[in-house]
Amino acid sequence: MKPRFRLAQMLVLNRLVRARFAKIMEKILFIEDEPALQKTLGDVLNKEGYKVVSALDGELGLRMAKTEKPDLILLDLILPKITGFDLLKKFKADPETKKIPVVVLTNLGQMADIEKVLKLGPAAYLIKNNYNLAEVVGKIKKTLKER
Amino acid sequence: MSKKILSQFNIVSQCRKYGLSLWQCPQFLFLLMGLIIIVSSILSYMIGSRYIDDPGTVALVVIIITAVLFTIASIITRSFENLAELSRMKSEFINVVSHQIRSPLTNLKWALDFLTSNDWKKTPEKEEEYRSVLYENINRMSELVDDLLVVSRLEQGTVPLRKKEVSLEKMVEGLLSEFKSFAAACNLKIEFSHQAGLPLVFVDPSQMKIVFENLIDNAIRYTKGGGKIRLHLEKKDKNIYFEIKDSGVGIPKEDQKYIFQKFFRSENMMREQTKGSGLGLFITKAIVEEMGGKIGFISEEGKGTTFFFNLPIK
Repeated sequence: MKPRFRLAQMLVLNRLVRARFAKIMEKILFIEDEPALQKTLGDVLNKEGYKVVSALDGELGLRMAKTEKPDLILLDLILPKITGFDLLKKFKADPETKKIPVVVLTNLGQMADIEKVLKLGPAAYLIKNNYNLAEVVGKIKKTLKER
Repeated sequence: MSKKILSQFNIVSQCRKYGLSLWQCPQFLFLLMGLIIIVSSILSYMIGSRYIDDPGTVALVVIIITAVLFTIASIITRSFENLAELSRMKSEFINVVSHQIRSPLTNLKWALDFLTSNDWKKTPEKEEEYRSVLYENINRMSELVDDLLVVSRLEQGTVPLRKKEVSLEKMVEGLLSEFKSFAAACNLKIEFSHQAGLPLVFVDPSQMKIVFENLIDNAIRYTKGGGKIRLHLEKKDKNIYFEIKDSGVGIPKEDQKYIFQKFFRSENMMREQTKGSGLGLFITKAIVEEMGGKIGFISEEGKGTTFFFNLPIK
């Protein structure tokens, strides 16, 4: 009788811990068509305690922003199907996704592109090549904290 | 259309496009020359009518002077315009290339960050995965540099071709075996047929390889969700005829005239595949023409594309 009780107790406890954990674990939607980057940044964000869901093209990214309800979106600009410019516009126009902070992560460094994106109100604009992994993770943490 | 013509007259914006000051800008200089021509023809009329009695002769002299001035002006401004356009294309070239180089560079940088950092624990298997990311991206960068060097070689025409007698069918067969796993991964079947006893062709084999590689690679890359790619070689008069037919996404009508341009990438290609330098077909066409051949294509959006070329045997 006794051990069985303990098992049930543990199961309940386990479920409680998991539910609590899931609540704390923030979800990041990573929209990027470069598999190598998906892997690197995805792995690191996982290790930092975030849940990462990834979309390899713009269309999927748009759909997942609604279904996954992420706490933050990491967005590349040059994407198949729908570009990052258009996605950001759509996110900001939709009341469902409007409040999710978007960190633009791109290698486009032209003033014209940057200005075009900043007008749409992202939380940050990062040129990938100018940052190392730790700095990008730091920016993401900071953005989530300021949310 | 009318908007296009109007924008031609908007000199300030045209000059801004070239990034030139007004005094260096071909459109502005042309306008200025026009004014000078009008003034000088009025002047020459006034002077002429004083010294020459016959009004017909005066008119003829004025017309001739005006015509000469006009011709000189238009030749000068046209050459200016070409130079300005060339410099604009060069800066665009640098823009595109720097973005193309940055992508694999970021991959390298971040993968190395991950491998060398003590903040994140990793298993030996993970490390191995990351090492292969490094290799892949180094290869990608070398390929891009190779493409750029081919472009520069083609544009300057400094390196001579090293022509040899080559069997094109053997070359294609060899390349197809290299592409086998890539095609299989894309769920594609490749068929290659050729006439028996094709003659050897006098070409530069390293360049010819680039042509075939680009065409095969494109056919695989832009055929989505499985399908078939058919290659065919045959002799036609004094030429060898090659064609490669895919059942891919096709090239939209409005993009077809740009398809061989440097750095041009069709929008519907971008939708499928954002990687790619936009140099492949430019290089392919330049090489085929360098060997005295002619390349073309027919394509229908959503149905597929056939690229073909004729190459003189001797």
